[in-house]
Amino acid sequence: MKRMRLTGLMRKEVYEIVRDPSSIAIAFVLPLVLLLIFGYGVSLDARNIHVAEVVDHPTQITASFLAELERSAWFSPTLYPDQASAEKAMLRGDADAILWLRSDFTRLSYSAGSAPIHLTVNGVDANQARLIENYVTGTWLLWQQQEATRTGARLSMPVVADTRVWFNPSLRSRDYLVPGLIAIIMTLIGALLTALVVAREWERGTMEGIMVTPVTRTEILLGKLVPYFVMGMGGMAMSTAMAVFLFDVPLRGSLLVLFATAALFLLTALGMGLVISVLARSQFVAAMVAIIATFLPAFILSGFLFDIRSMPTIIQLLTHIVAARYFVALLQSSFLAGDIRSVILPNVFGLAILCVVFQGIALLRFHKRLD
Amino acid sequence: MDAIAVNDLSKSFGKGTGRRDALKNISLQLPLGSMTALIGPDGAGKTTLLRLLAGILTPCSGEIRVLDRAVPKEALALQNRIGYMPQRFGLYEDLTVEENLDLFASLHGIAHAAREGRFNELLTMTALGPFRKRLAGKLSGGMKQKLGLACTLVHSPQLLLLDEASVGVDPISRRELWSIIQQQVASRNVTVLLSTAYMDEAERCDHVLLLHEGEILAQGNPAQLAAPLQGHAFVLEEIDAVARNLQAGVAQLPGVIDTVIQGDGLRIVMDKPAPPTLPEKLAGYATPKPVATRLEDAFVSLLFSRTQRHSIALPAQRGATHDDDAPVVEVKDLFRYFGDFAAVKDVAFSVRKGEIFGLLGANGAGKSTTFRMLCGLLPSSSGTLRVAGVDLRTATAEARARIGYVSQKFSLYGPLSVQQNLSFFASAYGLRNQHRRDRIAWALEEMELKEYAGMNAGSLPLGYKQRLALACALMHGPEILFLDEPTSGVDPLARREFWARVNALAQGGTTCLVTTHFMEEAEYCDHLVLMSLGEVLAQGTPTEIKAKVRRPELPNPSMEDAFIALIEEHEQASRRAS
Repeated sequence: MKRMRLTGLMRKEVYEIVRDPSSIAIAFVLPLVLLLIFGYGVSLDARNIHVAEVVDHPTQITASFLAELERSAWFSPTLYPDQASAEKAMLRGDADAILWLRSDFTRLSYSAGSAPIHLTVNGVDANQARLIENYVTGTWLLWQQQEATRTGARLSMPVVADTRVWFNPSLRSRDYLVPGLIAIIMTLIGALLTALVVAREWERGTMEGIMVTPVTRTEILLGKLVPYFVMGMGGMAMSTAMAVFLFDVPLRGSLLVLFATAALFLLTALGMGLVISVLARSQFVAAMVAIIATFLPAFILSGFLFDIRSMPTIIQLLTHIVAARYFVALLQSSFLAGDIRSVILPNVFGLAILCVVFQGIALLRFHKRLD
Repeated sequence: MDAIAVNDLSKSFGKGTGRRDALKNISLQLPLGSMTALIGPDGAGKTTLLRLLAGILTPCSGEIRVLDRAVPKEALALQNRIGYMPQRFGLYEDLTVEENLDLFASLHGIAHAAREGRFNELLTMTALGPFRKRLAGKLSGGMKQKLGLACTLVHSPQLLLLDEASVGVDPISRRELWSIIQQQVASRNVTVLLSTAYMDEAERCDHVLLLHEGEILAQGNPAQLAAPLQGHAFVLEEIDAVARNLQAGVAQLPGVIDTVIQGDGLRIVMDKPAPPTLPEKLAGYATPKPVATRLEDAFVSLLFSRTQRHSIALPAQRGATHDDDAPVVEVKDLFRYFGDFAAVKDVAFSVRKGEIFGLLGANGAGKSTTFRMLCGLLPSSSGTLRVAGVDLRTATAEARARIGYVSQKFSLYGPLSVQQNLSFFASAYGLRNQHRRDRIAWALEEMELKEYAGMNAGSLPLGYKQRLALACALMHGPEILFLDEPTSGVDPLARREFWARVNALAQGGTTCLVTTHFMEEAEYCDHLVLMSLGEVLAQGTPTEIKAKVRRPELPNPSMEDAFIALIEEHEQASRRAS
């Protein structure tokens, strides 16, 4: 390997990056847009649940309970005159749930063991339905306790759960979505950057000119890897800054661990891009393959949105070859929990294996040949 | 020692039924310091051979030694001593002229101290000195090609492999490229192997290799190759009839191998050293005069002996109508800007019915842009465009129904069969029932596509693709046919056949507009517009244009001479103006 050739190739790459905005767009604009959309747009919390309220026999007691619902941040209740019109509202999609306080509500609300509220939940979105059910029950219990203290009566409840939430006490889904999202973004940047720039050289015919010079294939690959590694780390720094300063995600681990693991992951993602570029020689195909083979699995199988443990065993096994899986775990622990050895070591190990595999395939399969 | 020694070399691509032999048992030796031209029709294996020699393809069998090294095993050690310029030399368009040179200097390990001197030398040689800081993407086609050659020469290679270095380049750049190459041979004893589509370039080499379907059909020096045909070539001069009408007739005469329109006359090559017996009506006023043979005669007769010939008969001339003199295409003050770049500047011309009208110019001269505006594919920035009596600004759809368009890359559906392509285009033009069946039958018959009807368009040989594209464009019987660079990348044989077809169409009353960068093809046109950098340099009949540059020292200028003289004249005029 000769330094002059390598620096020559890298200098060329830098000129191209500076003068052709498309790679800058991938490294910086793409994460910016994705983080903004996901950071603000996607939330797994149920808020503003539209509850249709039907009260058969309004009293002070029913008013007190409804006021409790009104105060909650989760509900936006609307009062309907009867059950039939509430059901119509649910069919129209105006209401997510119907809360029916029957005529015996006031009488039964103090006697234990009975269920005086009648809740109908729209179960189309099962996750949301379960949340609504829990929220309403929670509010109901809370109100009962308050009522009990106010009237001085003893509330007969066998067990009261005293829950505490670790790592994300305010239960903001954004705090764990944003770190996961950074992993998805870095997958996309890493794979797209290298896959596209190498395919571009095939498309424009520049590769053929380079191949007949004494340059070695290691130099060609390194000449691509180094500049885009630097760019990718820039994208990583920007995403981290956005997570911390814009979305107020806590960063409990050290920056060193965060960026060291990010560097390892980026090398893996760039390696995937290089493997794609060995197979696909047009930018269109390279982009399609990069999205289907790296971005989609990272999105679905990394545990960023869907819990890996609840997947069928075979799919769970499959997630081990998705590099983003390890990085999602590392990022979530770095941001929310801190530097935890037992999380870092196995995940870094998994990443390192994938990194060697992808870079190795790229090096072995890349030839200075057209056939 | 030989610079290149190849023994029993074979190369094929693909597997199973899709397997295709690109080179079959090739053996050749080229001595050091020689200059060799590689000629042959498309798909003959020229590019494959050059790539194998450069070490970027692996041979299936056989031995290659280049500069005494085994290829591709020792390719890496060799690549510092050879310069290979691919057909489409990939310059980094976002890098300046100097940065491109710098990159290739780095890749070849040239010390920084030595670069300045070498760059200056190369930039002077290519006349690119003033453009040192310009982005390669902003150079004209000819300049890009010269920069590509400069990058290939940056490490002073001992062997140059050039793949169609001058294709599509304007005549002036072509001349410059050629003089740089010759200079390398003369001053540094560089060995050159180049593939070319221009016979005049091949004629200037020491040695010519004629490749056909992966085999060497003939080799030797150009004079040697042409020798067997000595006395076979004749010329008919100063004929009153339109030369191309005469050509179609003469081509049918017994013993005629080839006919080409040349200047005001017709050049004929016979299969025996005897002049053709002309039909009575011609015998009176034109006698065939013997002329010296040239390489192209040998090339064409060798290839014609190998491939099936298609003779295209002329249809009976359509009766003259009263509006014959009314122009069918009229262009006035036409401009087209892309951003602040003027691709077409103040272009004006008119075309009459049944004419063959040529737009001549190098790549980037504005021919295709003008064409796309005429077909209503691209709006003009300003100016008047009337096609078939319809103003294109207001009635694009109406005009389109009356025109046919064959694009540069033949827009056919590769995975569809010939028959399916034809029926698709028939329905795209709204043909129905009997009419549609008639037209498809006509296309299969007239374009001789019957035996290929079931074959996928993508796997047709180039010449047949061209016929199919032509058939598709003619489906609805258009009055005007636009052909954009139909002969680009097509070998001399297919080009001859193509022009015979266009001639037949024009004879039948279809107006044909053709763009080309082959200057000699201008001779087939009734009227010509010569374009350069978006402007019209000259227009008129081929004879008129050549007459403009006739000088005592150049009594019989070719179209290429005319083009070069007109460009130089134009440049001087614009320099005086500024």
